[in-house]
Amino acid sequence: MPKAPAGTLYRGHVGMWSWVAHRVTGVLVFFFLFAHVMDTALVRVSPDTYDKIVDTYKNPVVNLLEVGLVAAVLFHALNGLRIIAIDFWRKGTRYQRQMLYAEVTLFVILMVPAAFFMLRHTFLTLFGTA
Amino acid sequence: MATALEDFGSPAIESPRARRQRPGQRSRTNFELYSWIFMRLSGVLLVVLVLGHLLIMNVMDGGVQRLNFGFVAGRWSSPFWQTWDLLQLWLAELHGTNGLRTVINDYAERDGTRLWLKMLLYTSAGLVLVLGTLVIFTFDPNIG
Repeated sequence: MPKAPAGTLYRGHVGMWSWVAHRVTGVLVFFFLFAHVMDTALVRVSPDTYDKIVDTYKNPVVNLLEVGLVAAVLFHALNGLRIIAIDFWRKGTRYQRQMLYAEVTLFVILMVPAAFFMLRHTFLTLFGTA
Repeated sequence: MATALEDFGSPAIESPRARRQRPGQRSRTNFELYSWIFMRLSGVLLVVLVLGHLLIMNVMDGGVQRLNFGFVAGRWSSPFWQTWDLLQLWLAELHGTNGLRTVINDYAERDGTRLWLKMLLYTSAGLVLVLGTLVIFTFDPNIG
């Protein structure tokens, strides 16, 4: 099977996968936003109703999903800045791959402490001795 | 040489600067240009607004464990956080709606499917914007 010419197209390379990830995270975050505006609207019903719904956010499983949400938002944010750099920086297209590697590095550096602080309470209650 | 791409079996890629509209059906506005600019401007603002929101709500001071009605009441007693949340709500919802509009345009091929998905999208966006704005402006800490 002949190979398609490489080098000028995104297809199959990291540029394409970052585009896929940008779409997927964007759609996920958009659906969460709908749910989040609905749950916050419960402050207009009563404090008890609101507190009951917010308590689901404190559940260990949901807490883990929140780490996923923060990860999705953080990736989308960093990759969005990379897209802006590709569009507006003169050498943006030439360095799009290096910018992606920098972005992923920054993502890990920010995500590790964020996940630690987000999951600390859940870990302490599930496995802690206190 | 000119047919090299076809020889490799790659699908034809339209020339980026080719006119998209069918003859006689030209766009009268620059809507797509403005939407492209809006995605970038709102994106930069949302990086600050949303990452700040997540840092305060989910990461700092015990994160989500300390959230309740009283916490919300405390924050929305300040015009600064009211403005922050209002701006965040509008920019995020419009940014997301425009993003999903693009996704629908890309994957829904039949005109009818596209129309219904977009009607659903715009209805939900209107609901979220109206409800969210109303909640921020009519919040009553002494309710119940």
